[in-house]
Amino acid sequence: MSMALRTLLYKELLRFWKVSFQTVGAPVLTALLYLLVFSHVLDRTVEVYGGVSYTAFLVPGLVMMSLLQNAFANSSSSLIQSKVTGNIVFVLLPPISYREFFAAYVLAAVIRGLVVGAGVWLVTLWFVELPYAHPLWILFFATVGGAILASLGVIAGIWADKFDQLAAFQNFVVMPLTFLSGVFYSIHTLPDFWQAVSHLNPFFYMIDGFRYGFFGQSDVSPWISALVAGGSFAVLAGITLNMLARGYKLRS
Amino acid sequence: MSDSTAALLIEGVCKRFGSLQALDHVTLEVKQGEFFGLLGPNGAGKTTLISSMAGLCRADSGSIRVLGHDTVTDYRAARARLGVVPQELVFDPFFTVREMLRIQSGYFGLRRNDDWIDEILQRLDLEAKADVNMRRLSGGMKRRVLVAQALVHRPPLIVLDEPTAGVDVELRQGLWAFVRDLNRQGHTIVLTTHYLEEAESLCGRIAMLKQGRVVALERTADLLSRRVQQTLRLRLGSGTALPAEFRAVARATPDGRVAIVLDSADAVAACLARMHAAGVALDDIELVKPDLEDVFIAMMQEAA
Ligand SMILES: Nc1ncnc2c1ncn2[C@@H]1O[C@H](COP(=O)(O)OP(=O)(O)O)[C@@H](O)[C@H]1O
Ligand SMILES: [Mg+2]
Repeated sequence: MSMALRTLLYKELLRFWKVSFQTVGAPVLTALLYLLVFSHVLDRTVEVYGGVSYTAFLVPGLVMMSLLQNAFANSSSSLIQSKVTGNIVFVLLPPISYREFFAAYVLAAVIRGLVVGAGVWLVTLWFVELPYAHPLWILFFATVGGAILASLGVIAGIWADKFDQLAAFQNFVVMPLTFLSGVFYSIHTLPDFWQAVSHLNPFFYMIDGFRYGFFGQSDVSPWISALVAGGSFAVLAGITLNMLARGYKLRS
Repeated sequence: MSDSTAALLIEGVCKRFGSLQALDHVTLEVKQGEFFGLLGPNGAGKTTLISSMAGLCRADSGSIRVLGHDTVTDYRAARARLGVVPQELVFDPFFTVREMLRIQSGYFGLRRNDDWIDEILQRLDLEAKADVNMRRLSGGMKRRVLVAQALVHRPPLIVLDEPTAGVDVELRQGLWAFVRDLNRQGHTIVLTTHYLEEAESLCGRIAMLKQGRVVALERTADLLSRRVQQTLRLRLGSGTALPAEFRAVARATPDGRVAIVLDSADAVAACLARMHAAGVALDDIELVKPDLEDVFIAMMQEAA
């Protein structure tokens, strides 16, 4: 890892760590509230997979949702803030290559996602005991899922000129895709049409694969999910690297 | 890199923003060790030219080399040799001054740079603010941190885009003393400023830019003497009238003197000789030299 990449990564980590109350504490609290409300209301009434309580089913979904949202928030908000305040020049003037730029923003965002995800997981340990059927799948989907959203965050942060455009991207793209991915339900409980729609949502595979790591059962095979997640990351990374190489919206 | 390699070589650079030609075939060369001024009215394209050097902006055509390194094809080498103080007063509110400077050092591949950082902080009178968050600094201090950030990697070419805009006089002088020292130590300086007297006293050579074109590129001294319009201001002795031959060119000044604009030092001498021959008594003689401002205004009118 080059010195420039390490420094940019360090700067991005320090940035969210200095305000960890908002960047880690707040999302963990939000996830906890979801857990309390949904599990209280639904635990005895909803059956997802055989032998898995709704609360247990919900926890990996919440961990993953928090992880994804925070990975997205980290890269996108860092970039939009730097662009709006103009201090983006501090990373554009030095001899940092676009690949290093990409790697630093994505890695920092993945780490933020993992930290928040781990935080959510830790607090939910009080409420539910989870099996850990395939820990490597858990780590794989957490990391690749984080990287997908981190990349998407870089794209959104570069594309948006104003905070409200970024908010629109978050509200009309990221939120629907996460909420409709089966965080709160197994898609097998859905009507056929909505099941088919869910299969078109790449986020569904990330959450389903992640859940497989815990319960050893899922709606689709983890290998298919891994393929979709890996493919999604490859496509998004390609788009992001291309934008950065061209200097799209960063170097006029 | 030999000593004869230009610190900055700009060749035929053009840049359009929509229908606006921001840079129009700009060509200029700055030699190593020079203190170079880039002047021009607002919107002339100075910042766009600096952005093109720094890779913040992509020229449509032409090329720029920093110490022989092309800023597009060999951008890492070019940027490693270039320190830019941006015109906008930007800062990162998440960090302290020292954190900022360490981070900047890291971007340039420098691990342990605290000795130099301390020296810069001291020269810029920022020592007391080293551990203060950027948000808490005044505008003038933020400006100095921008200068410090541009210097962390000891760039051989330092470009300052209006570094003294909105900065108080005392700070301006301190900053110039520092920049002069850097120049003496061998750093090449390129400067844009609105204060023409600063450019006049600091810069060995000056390029004037207007609507994206270079309208003058000369040694400062030559620029000042090229249009040697000198204004002779005279106070006539009581009871003396101006000889008829001068009445057409002379004008009365508000303080009761007579001003005659002449185009060379010789013309001044000849004028005084003829006054003497005509028996004109002079109580006071004052010769007002043109300053860069006069030249600047004349150049800009001429180029229109
Ligand atoms: N990113 C941009 N998009 C559109 N026009 C621009 C942009 N940057 C600069 N300009 C225009 O280019 C011209 C030159 O601007 P600039 O280089 O900032 O001038 P200066 O620094 O000499 O005041 C101005 O007319 C300015 O409005
Ligand atoms: Mg400017």
